[in-house]
Amino acid sequence: MNINLTMIGQAIAFFIFVVFCMKYVWPPIMAALQERQKKIADGLAASDRASRDLELAQEKSAQELREAKQQAAGLIEQANKRAAQIVEASKDDARKEGQKLIEQAKAEIEQERNQARDALRGEVAAIAIAGAEKILETSVDASKHNEMLEKLAAEL
Amino acid sequence: MAGSASEYIQHHLQNLTYGKLPAGYERADGTVIEESTWTMAHNAAEASDMGFWAVHVDSLGWAVGLGLIFLILFRMAAKRATSGQPGGLQNFVEVMIEFVDTSVKETFHGRNKVIAPLALTIFCWVFLMNLMDLVPVDFLPQLFHLMGLEYMKVVPTTDVNVTLGMSLSVFALIIYYSVKVKGVGGFLGELTLHPFSSDNLFLKVLLIPVNLLLEGVSLLAKPISLALRLFGNLYAGELIFILIALLPLWAQWTLSVPWAIFHILIITLQAFIFMMLTIVYLSMAHEDNH
Repeated sequence: MNINLTMIGQAIAFFIFVVFCMKYVWPPIMAALQERQKKIADGLAASDRASRDLELAQEKSAQELREAKQQAAGLIEQANKRAAQIVEASKDDARKEGQKLIEQAKAEIEQERNQARDALRGEVAAIAIAGAEKILETSVDASKHNEMLEKLAAEL
Repeated sequence: MAGSASEYIQHHLQNLTYGKLPAGYERADGTVIEESTWTMAHNAAEASDMGFWAVHVDSLGWAVGLGLIFLILFRMAAKRATSGQPGGLQNFVEVMIEFVDTSVKETFHGRNKVIAPLALTIFCWVFLMNLMDLVPVDFLPQLFHLMGLEYMKVVPTTDVNVTLGMSLSVFALIIYYSVKVKGVGGFLGELTLHPFSSDNLFLKVLLIPVNLLLEGVSLLAKPISLALRLFGNLYAGELIFILIALLPLWAQWTLSVPWAIFHILIITLQAFIFMMLTIVYLSMAHEDNH
Protein backbone atom coordinates (compact mmCIF):
# COMPACT_ATOMS: atom_id res chain seq x y z
CA MET A 1 0.00 0.00 0.00
CA ASN A 2 2.96 2.31 -0.42
CA ILE A 3 2.25 5.24 -2.66
CA ASN A 4 5.32 5.76 -4.80
CA LEU A 5 6.73 6.45 -8.23
CA THR A 6 4.82 3.48 -9.66
CA MET A 7 1.85 5.80 -9.86
CA ILE A 8 3.69 8.23 -12.11
CA GLY A 9 5.11 5.43 -14.21
CA GLN A 10 1.65 4.02 -14.68
CA ALA A 11 0.31 7.45 -15.64
CA ILE A 12 3.05 7.89 -18.23
CA ALA A 13 2.44 4.42 -19.66
CA PHE A 14 -1.27 5.16 -19.72
CA PHE A 15 -0.71 8.39 -21.60
CA ILE A 16 1.53 6.72 -24.18
CA PHE A 17 -0.90 3.84 -24.69
CA VAL A 18 -3.85 6.16 -25.14
CA VAL A 19 -1.98 8.27 -27.66
CA PHE A 20 -0.89 5.16 -29.57
CA CYS A 21 -4.40 3.81 -29.54
CA MET A 22 -5.77 7.13 -30.71
CA LYS A 23 -3.27 7.44 -33.56
CA TYR A 24 -2.70 3.92 -34.81
CA VAL A 25 -5.52 1.67 -33.64
CA TRP A 26 -8.79 3.54 -33.58
CA PRO A 27 -8.78 5.40 -36.94
CA PRO A 28 -7.97 2.48 -39.30
CA ILE A 29 -10.49 0.16 -37.71
CA MET A 30 -13.15 2.85 -37.56
CA ALA A 31 -12.47 3.68 -41.20
CA ALA A 32 -12.79 0.02 -42.16
CA LEU A 33 -16.02 -0.25 -40.22
CA GLN A 34 -17.51 2.81 -41.84
CA GLU A 35 -16.41 1.71 -45.27
CA ARG A 36 -18.00 -1.67 -44.75
CA GLN A 37 -21.19 -0.01 -43.55
CA LYS A 38 -21.21 2.05 -46.70
CA LYS A 39 -20.53 -1.00 -48.84
CA ILE A 40 -23.36 -2.91 -47.26
CA ALA A 41 -25.70 0.03 -47.65
CA ASP A 42 -24.69 0.34 -51.30
CA GLY A 43 -25.14 -3.38 -51.81
CA LEU A 44 -28.59 -3.28 -50.31
CA ALA A 45 -29.52 -0.30 -52.44
CA ALA A 46 -28.20 -2.07 -55.54
CA SER A 47 -30.15 -5.21 -54.78
CA ASP A 48 -33.23 -3.09 -54.24
CA ARG A 49 -32.67 -1.44 -57.55
CA ALA A 50 -32.07 -4.77 -59.24
CA SER A 51 -35.26 -6.26 -57.89
CA ARG A 52 -37.15 -3.19 -59.02
CA ASP A 53 -35.57 -3.51 -62.47
CA LEU A 54 -36.52 -7.16 -62.56
CA GLU A 55 -40.07 -6.29 -61.70
CA LEU A 56 -40.15 -3.69 -64.45
CA ALA A 57 -38.65 -6.12 -66.94
CA GLN A 58 -41.19 -8.75 -66.03
CA GLU A 59 -43.98 -6.27 -66.45
CA LYS A 60 -42.57 -5.20 -69.78
CA SER A 61 -42.17 -8.73 -71.02
CA ALA A 62 -45.70 -9.56 -69.96
CA GLN A 63 -46.93 -6.52 -71.81
CA GLU A 64 -45.00 -7.46 -74.92
CA LEU A 65 -46.28 -10.99 -74.76
CA ARG A 66 -49.79 -9.67 -74.51
CA GLU A 67 -49.23 -7.38 -77.48
CA ALA A 68 -47.72 -10.18 -79.51
CA LYS A 69 -50.67 -12.39 -78.72
CA GLN A 70 -53.02 -9.66 -79.79
CA GLN A 71 -51.09 -9.15 -82.98
CA ALA A 72 -51.08 -12.84 -83.71
CA ALA A 73 -54.79 -13.04 -83.06
CA GLY A 74 -55.32 -10.09 -85.42
CA LEU A 75 -53.20 -11.75 -88.09
CA ILE A 76 -55.07 -15.00 -87.77
CA GLU A 77 -58.39 -13.23 -88.01
CA GLN A 78 -57.22 -11.33 -91.04
CA ALA A 79 -56.00 -14.51 -92.64
CA ASN A 80 -59.27 -16.22 -91.90
CA LYS A 81 -61.16 -13.32 -93.40
CA ARG A 82 -58.94 -13.37 -96.40
CA ALA A 83 -59.34 -17.11 -96.81
CA ALA A 84 -63.08 -16.76 -96.54
CA GLN A 85 -62.96 -14.03 -99.14
CA ILE A 86 -60.87 -16.17 -101.44
CA VAL A 87 -63.17 -19.14 -100.98
CA GLU A 88 -66.15 -16.89 -101.57
CA ALA A 89 -64.56 -15.43 -104.67
CA SER A 90 -63.60 -18.78 -106.07
CA LYS A 91 -67.09 -20.10 -105.35
CA ASP A 92 -68.44 -17.13 -107.20
CA ASP A 93 -66.09 -17.75 -110.10
CA ALA A 94 -66.99 -21.40 -110.17
CA ARG A 95 -70.66 -20.58 -110.15
CA LYS A 96 -70.22 -18.08 -112.97
CA GLU A 97 -68.14 -20.53 -114.92
CA GLY A 98 -70.72 -23.23 -114.38
CA GLN A 99 -73.44 -20.85 -115.43
CA LYS A 100 -71.52 -19.96 -118.52
CA LEU A 101 -70.88 -23.61 -119.33
CA ILE A 102 -74.52 -24.41 -118.78
CA GLU A 103 -75.59 -21.53 -120.99
CA GLN A 104 -73.09 -22.54 -123.60
CA ALA A 105 -74.33 -26.11 -123.45
CA LYS A 106 -77.90 -24.92 -123.62
CA ALA A 107 -77.08 -22.80 -126.64
CA GLU A 108 -75.39 -25.74 -128.31
CA ILE A 109 -78.28 -27.96 -127.50
CA GLU A 110 -80.63 -25.37 -128.89
CA GLN A 111 -78.56 -25.07 -131.95
CA GLU A 112 -78.38 -28.80 -132.43
CA ARG A 113 -82.06 -29.13 -131.84
CA ASN A 114 -82.71 -26.46 -134.38
CA GLN A 115 -80.45 -28.23 -136.82
CA ALA A 116 -82.07 -31.52 -136.09
CA ARG A 117 -85.46 -29.96 -136.40
CA ASP A 118 -84.52 -28.41 -139.72
CA ALA A 119 -83.15 -31.68 -140.93
CA LEU A 120 -86.19 -33.47 -139.66
CA ARG A 121 -88.39 -30.93 -141.22
CA GLY A 122 -86.71 -31.47 -144.60
CA GLU A 123 -87.00 -35.18 -144.17
CA VAL A 124 -90.60 -34.93 -143.07
CA ALA A 125 -91.33 -32.86 -146.10
CA ALA A 126 -89.67 -35.47 -148.23
CA ILE A 127 -91.48 -38.24 -146.44
CA ALA A 128 -94.76 -36.38 -146.76
CA ILE A 129 -94.20 -35.86 -150.38
CA ALA A 130 -93.30 -39.47 -150.81
CA GLY A 131 -96.36 -40.41 -148.87
CA ALA A 132 -98.55 -38.17 -150.83
CA GLU A 133 -97.07 -39.51 -154.02
CA LYS A 134 -97.86 -42.95 -152.91
CA ILE A 135 -101.35 -41.91 -152.01
CA LEU A 136 -101.96 -40.11 -155.17
CA GLU A 137 -99.88 -42.43 -157.15
CA THR A 138 -98.92 -39.50 -159.05
CA SER A 139 -96.01 -37.44 -158.74
CA VAL A 140 -96.52 -34.35 -157.02
CA ASP A 141 -95.05 -31.49 -158.60
CA ALA A 142 -92.76 -30.42 -155.98
CA SER A 143 -92.51 -27.00 -157.22
CA LYS A 144 -96.29 -26.67 -157.33
CA HIS A 145 -96.87 -27.86 -153.88
CA ASN A 146 -93.78 -26.48 -152.45
CA GLU A 147 -95.67 -23.75 -150.73
CA MET A 148 -98.01 -26.17 -149.07
CA LEU A 149 -95.20 -28.40 -148.14
CA GLU A 150 -93.31 -25.69 -146.48
CA LYS A 151 -96.37 -24.74 -144.46
CA LEU A 152 -96.61 -28.28 -143.37
CA ALA A 153 -93.03 -28.43 -142.47
CA ALA A 154 -93.36 -25.27 -140.42
CA GLU A 155 -96.14 -26.83 -138.46
CA LEU A 156 -93.94 -29.68 -137.42
CA MET B 1 0.80 -22.83 10.93
CA ALA B 2 -0.76 -19.52 11.86
CA GLY B 3 2.56 -17.72 11.52
CA SER B 4 3.38 -19.30 8.22
CA ALA B 5 -0.14 -18.58 6.94
CA SER B 6 0.13 -14.89 7.67
CA GLU B 7 3.64 -14.87 6.28
CA TYR B 8 2.33 -16.54 3.14
CA ILE B 9 -0.37 -13.92 2.77
CA GLN B 10 1.95 -11.02 3.42
CA HIS B 11 4.48 -12.43 1.04
CA HIS B 12 1.85 -12.60 -1.66
CA LEU B 13 0.75 -9.05 -1.06
CA GLN B 14 4.25 -7.60 -1.21
CA ASN B 15 5.36 -5.89 -4.39
CA LEU B 16 8.77 -6.30 -5.90
CA THR B 17 10.10 -2.87 -5.05
CA TYR B 18 13.10 -1.09 -6.48
CA GLY B 19 13.96 2.09 -4.66
CA LYS B 20 16.37 4.29 -2.85
CA LEU B 21 17.49 3.49 0.69
CA PRO B 22 18.97 6.34 2.70
CA ALA B 23 22.52 6.34 4.01
CA GLY B 24 23.01 4.58 7.30
CA TYR B 25 20.04 2.33 6.77
CA GLU B 26 20.22 -1.07 8.41
CA ARG B 27 19.09 -3.70 5.99
CA ALA B 28 17.15 -6.86 6.73
CA ASP B 29 20.30 -8.98 6.89
CA GLY B 30 21.90 -6.61 9.41
CA THR B 31 24.31 -4.83 7.09
CA VAL B 32 24.37 -1.08 7.21
CA ILE B 33 24.68 0.77 3.91
CA GLU B 34 27.00 3.73 3.97
CA GLU B 35 25.64 5.77 1.11
CA SER B 36 22.10 6.14 -0.12
CA THR B 37 21.64 3.51 -2.82
CA TRP B 38 19.09 2.35 -5.35
CA THR B 39 18.39 -1.29 -4.69
CA MET B 40 15.80 -4.02 -4.62
CA ALA B 41 13.90 -4.18 -1.32
CA HIS B 42 14.41 -7.45 0.54
CA ASN B 43 11.34 -7.20 2.73
CA ALA B 44 8.21 -5.20 3.36
CA ALA B 45 9.87 -2.87 5.87
CA GLU B 46 12.59 -1.95 3.42
CA ALA B 47 10.03 -1.36 0.71
CA SER B 48 8.01 0.99 2.87
CA ASP B 49 11.14 2.77 4.10
CA MET B 50 12.02 3.59 0.53
CA GLY B 51 9.19 6.12 0.65
CA PHE B 52 7.99 7.76 -2.52
CA TRP B 53 11.16 7.18 -4.51
CA ALA B 54 10.51 3.56 -5.29
CA VAL B 55 9.02 1.65 -8.13
CA HIS B 56 6.92 -1.48 -7.97
CA VAL B 57 8.77 -3.26 -10.74
CA ASP B 58 6.27 -6.12 -10.90
CA SER B 59 3.14 -3.95 -11.11
CA LEU B 60 4.62 -1.65 -13.66
CA GLY B 61 6.19 -4.47 -15.65
CA TRP B 62 3.01 -6.49 -15.86
CA ALA B 63 0.92 -3.42 -16.56
CA VAL B 64 3.13 -2.28 -19.42
CA GLY B 65 3.45 -5.81 -20.75
CA LEU B 66 -0.30 -6.33 -20.77
CA GLY B 67 -0.83 -2.91 -22.30
CA LEU B 68 1.61 -3.84 -25.04
CA ILE B 69 -0.23 -7.10 -25.66
CA PHE B 70 -3.41 -5.13 -26.08
CA LEU B 71 -1.85 -2.56 -28.38
CA ILE B 72 0.05 -5.08 -30.50
CA LEU B 73 -3.05 -7.22 -30.93
CA PHE B 74 -5.20 -4.28 -31.89
CA ARG B 75 -2.49 -2.73 -34.04
CA MET B 76 -2.20 -5.99 -35.98
CA ALA B 77 -5.92 -5.94 -36.57
CA ALA B 78 -5.83 -2.26 -37.49
CA LYS B 79 -3.05 -2.80 -40.02
CA ARG B 80 -4.90 -5.58 -41.72
CA ALA B 81 -8.28 -3.92 -41.32
CA THR B 82 -10.34 -4.41 -44.42
CA SER B 83 -13.80 -3.31 -45.29
CA GLY B 84 -14.32 -6.67 -46.94
CA GLN B 85 -14.82 -9.92 -45.12
CA PRO B 86 -13.08 -9.61 -41.73
CA GLY B 87 -10.95 -12.37 -40.25
CA GLY B 88 -11.24 -13.73 -36.72
CA LEU B 89 -8.95 -11.20 -35.05
CA GLN B 90 -10.50 -8.30 -36.89
CA ASN B 91 -13.94 -9.53 -35.95
CA PHE B 92 -13.01 -9.58 -32.29
CA VAL B 93 -11.37 -6.18 -32.43
CA GLU B 94 -14.32 -4.74 -34.28
CA VAL B 95 -16.72 -6.10 -31.70
CA MET B 96 -14.69 -4.44 -28.95
CA ILE B 97 -14.49 -1.17 -30.84
CA GLU B 98 -18.18 -1.16 -31.67
CA PHE B 99 -18.99 -1.89 -28.05
CA VAL B 100 -16.84 0.94 -26.77
CA ASP B 101 -18.01 3.29 -29.49
CA THR B 102 -21.65 2.61 -28.64
CA SER B 103 -20.98 3.17 -24.95
CA VAL B 104 -19.25 6.44 -25.69
CA LYS B 105 -21.91 7.65 -28.09
CA GLU B 106 -24.69 6.87 -25.64
CA THR B 107 -23.09 8.89 -22.88
CA PHE B 108 -20.95 11.51 -24.48
CA HIS B 109 -22.65 13.80 -26.94
CA GLY B 110 -19.88 16.22 -27.76
CA ARG B 111 -17.24 15.82 -30.41
CA ASN B 112 -13.97 14.62 -29.01
CA LYS B 113 -11.53 12.34 -30.77
CA VAL B 114 -9.74 11.38 -27.56
CA ILE B 115 -12.54 9.89 -25.53
CA ALA B 116 -13.36 6.81 -27.57
CA PRO B 117 -9.76 5.55 -27.92
CA LEU B 118 -9.22 6.47 -24.28
CA ALA B 119 -12.21 4.39 -23.25
CA LEU B 120 -11.06 1.50 -25.42
CA THR B 121 -7.59 1.60 -23.91
CA ILE B 122 -8.99 1.74 -20.39
CA PHE B 123 -11.42 -1.11 -20.91
CA CYS B 124 -9.00 -3.49 -22.60
CA TRP B 125 -6.03 -2.66 -20.46
CA VAL B 126 -7.88 -2.81 -17.15
CA PHE B 127 -9.56 -6.01 -18.27
CA LEU B 128 -6.23 -7.62 -19.09
CA MET B 129 -4.69 -6.47 -15.82
CA ASN B 130 -7.68 -7.82 -13.93
CA LEU B 131 -7.48 -11.03 -15.89
CA MET B 132 -4.14 -11.82 -14.26
CA ASP B 133 -6.20 -12.41 -11.15
CA LEU B 134 -7.46 -15.64 -12.67
CA VAL B 135 -3.96 -17.05 -12.96
CA PRO B 136 -3.57 -19.36 -9.95
CA VAL B 137 -1.97 -17.32 -7.18
CA ASP B 138 1.18 -19.37 -6.81
CA PHE B 139 2.09 -20.02 -10.45
CA LEU B 140 3.92 -16.89 -11.40
CA PRO B 141 5.37 -16.03 -7.95
CA GLN B 142 6.87 -19.51 -7.77
CA LEU B 143 8.22 -19.20 -11.28
CA PHE B 144 9.88 -15.90 -10.48
CA HIS B 145 11.07 -17.25 -7.19
CA LEU B 146 13.00 -19.88 -9.13
CA MET B 147 14.46 -17.06 -11.19
CA GLY B 148 15.63 -15.42 -7.98
CA LEU B 149 13.04 -12.71 -7.52
CA GLU B 150 11.72 -12.65 -3.98
CA TYR B 151 8.38 -10.95 -4.56
CA MET B 152 6.03 -10.98 -7.50
CA LYS B 153 2.55 -9.53 -7.52
CA VAL B 154 1.15 -10.30 -10.90
CA VAL B 155 -2.14 -8.40 -10.81
CA PRO B 156 -1.27 -4.75 -11.43
CA THR B 157 -4.73 -3.54 -10.46
CA THR B 158 -4.26 -4.85 -6.92
CA ASP B 159 -1.62 -2.17 -6.59
CA VAL B 160 -3.19 1.11 -5.59
CA ASN B 161 -0.43 2.99 -7.40
CA VAL B 162 -1.55 1.59 -10.70
CA THR B 163 -5.21 2.42 -10.25
CA LEU B 164 -4.33 5.85 -8.87
CA GLY B 165 -2.00 6.46 -11.79
CA MET B 166 -4.81 5.86 -14.19
CA SER B 167 -7.50 7.69 -12.25
CA LEU B 168 -5.28 10.73 -11.75
CA SER B 169 -4.62 10.80 -15.47
CA VAL B 170 -8.37 10.79 -15.99
CA PHE B 171 -8.61 13.53 -13.36
CA ALA B 172 -6.08 15.59 -15.27
CA LEU B 173 -8.18 15.16 -18.37
CA ILE B 174 -11.28 16.23 -16.45
CA ILE B 175 -9.54 19.43 -15.35
CA TYR B 176 -8.10 19.99 -18.82
CA TYR B 177 -11.42 19.66 -20.62
CA SER B 178 -13.31 21.61 -17.97
CA VAL B 179 -10.95 24.52 -18.44
CA LYS B 180 -10.86 24.11 -22.20
CA VAL B 181 -14.63 24.04 -22.61
CA LYS B 182 -15.70 26.48 -19.92
CA GLY B 183 -12.60 28.59 -19.56
CA VAL B 184 -10.77 29.15 -16.31
CA GLY B 185 -13.46 31.51 -15.08
CA GLY B 186 -16.24 29.12 -15.99
CA PHE B 187 -14.55 26.25 -14.25
CA LEU B 188 -13.85 28.28 -11.12
CA GLY B 189 -17.39 29.59 -11.20
CA GLU B 190 -18.65 26.06 -11.33
CA LEU B 191 -16.58 25.24 -8.28
CA THR B 192 -17.54 28.31 -6.26
CA LEU B 193 -21.00 29.51 -7.29
CA HIS B 194 -22.90 26.23 -7.13
CA PRO B 195 -24.90 24.54 -5.76
CA PHE B 196 -25.76 27.45 -3.42
CA SER B 197 -26.29 30.68 -5.22
CA SER B 198 -27.79 34.04 -4.44
CA ASP B 199 -28.64 37.26 -6.20
CA ASN B 200 -27.27 39.23 -3.30
CA LEU B 201 -23.58 39.83 -4.03
CA PHE B 202 -22.60 39.76 -0.37
CA LEU B 203 -24.39 36.51 0.23
CA LYS B 204 -22.87 35.15 -2.92
CA VAL B 205 -19.35 35.86 -1.67
CA LEU B 206 -20.27 34.42 1.66
CA LEU B 207 -21.39 31.20 0.03
CA ILE B 208 -18.18 30.73 -1.96
CA PRO B 209 -16.31 28.74 0.73
CA VAL B 210 -19.28 26.46 1.26
CA ASN B 211 -19.64 25.82 -2.43
CA LEU B 212 -15.93 25.35 -2.86
CA LEU B 213 -15.91 22.78 -0.11
CA LEU B 214 -18.82 20.83 -1.56
CA GLU B 215 -17.73 20.99 -5.20
CA GLY B 216 -14.10 20.46 -4.30
CA VAL B 217 -14.90 17.31 -2.43
CA SER B 218 -17.10 16.01 -5.19
CA LEU B 219 -14.41 16.80 -7.75
CA LEU B 220 -11.65 15.14 -5.76
CA ALA B 221 -13.86 12.20 -4.96
CA LYS B 222 -13.98 11.31 -8.65
CA PRO B 223 -10.39 10.09 -9.12
CA ILE B 224 -10.15 8.71 -5.60
CA SER B 225 -13.32 6.66 -5.89
CA LEU B 226 -12.38 5.58 -9.39
CA ALA B 227 -9.03 4.28 -8.21
CA LEU B 228 -10.14 2.79 -4.93
CA ARG B 229 -13.16 0.99 -6.39
CA LEU B 230 -11.03 -0.92 -8.87
CA PHE B 231 -8.23 -1.46 -6.40
CA GLY B 232 -10.58 -2.59 -3.60
CA ASN B 233 -12.45 -5.08 -5.76
CA LEU B 234 -9.36 -6.65 -7.17
CA TYR B 235 -7.41 -6.59 -3.93
CA ALA B 236 -10.25 -8.33 -2.13
CA GLY B 237 -10.59 -10.84 -4.93
CA GLU B 238 -6.89 -11.58 -4.89
CA LEU B 239 -6.93 -11.89 -1.11
CA ILE B 240 -9.71 -14.45 -1.28
CA PHE B 241 -7.76 -16.45 -3.85
CA ILE B 242 -4.79 -16.35 -1.49
CA LEU B 243 -6.94 -17.48 1.42
CA ILE B 244 -8.35 -20.31 -0.66
CA ALA B 245 -4.80 -21.30 -1.53
CA LEU B 246 -4.18 -21.84 2.18
CA LEU B 247 -6.69 -24.70 2.21
CA PRO B 248 -5.52 -28.28 1.78
CA LEU B 249 -4.84 -29.01 -1.86
CA TRP B 250 -7.73 -31.44 -2.35
CA ALA B 251 -10.30 -28.91 -1.06
CA GLN B 252 -9.13 -25.83 -2.93
CA TRP B 253 -11.06 -26.37 -6.12
CA THR B 254 -14.41 -26.44 -4.30
CA LEU B 255 -13.95 -22.75 -3.51
CA SER B 256 -11.51 -21.51 -6.08
CA VAL B 257 -13.49 -22.67 -9.09
CA PRO B 258 -16.76 -20.94 -8.10
CA TRP B 259 -14.86 -17.85 -7.04
CA ALA B 260 -12.91 -17.78 -10.28
CA ILE B 261 -16.10 -18.11 -12.30
CA PHE B 262 -17.68 -15.32 -10.29
CA HIS B 263 -14.50 -13.33 -10.72
CA ILE B 264 -14.82 -13.46 -14.49
CA LEU B 265 -17.88 -11.30 -14.00
CA ILE B 266 -16.14 -9.00 -11.53
CA ILE B 267 -13.08 -8.31 -13.64
CA THR B 268 -15.16 -7.53 -16.71
CA LEU B 269 -17.56 -5.43 -14.71
CA GLN B 270 -14.80 -3.46 -13.01
CA ALA B 271 -13.11 -2.78 -16.32
CA PHE B 272 -16.44 -1.66 -17.72
CA ILE B 273 -17.20 0.55 -14.72
CA PHE B 274 -13.81 2.21 -14.91
CA MET B 275 -14.38 2.92 -18.58
CA MET B 276 -17.96 4.08 -18.15
CA LEU B 277 -17.18 6.41 -15.26
CA THR B 278 -14.31 7.91 -17.21
CA ILE B 279 -16.69 8.64 -20.07
CA VAL B 280 -19.29 10.05 -17.69
CA TYR B 281 -16.80 12.27 -15.87
CA LEU B 282 -15.37 13.58 -19.13
CA SER B 283 -18.82 14.15 -20.52
CA MET B 284 -19.67 16.11 -17.38
CA ALA B 285 -16.51 18.12 -17.87
CA HIS B 286 -17.74 19.03 -21.36
CA GLU B 287 -21.19 20.08 -20.29
CA ASP B 288 -21.89 23.59 -19.24
CA ASN B 289 -25.32 23.27 -17.71
CA HIS B 290 -25.05 23.93 -14.06
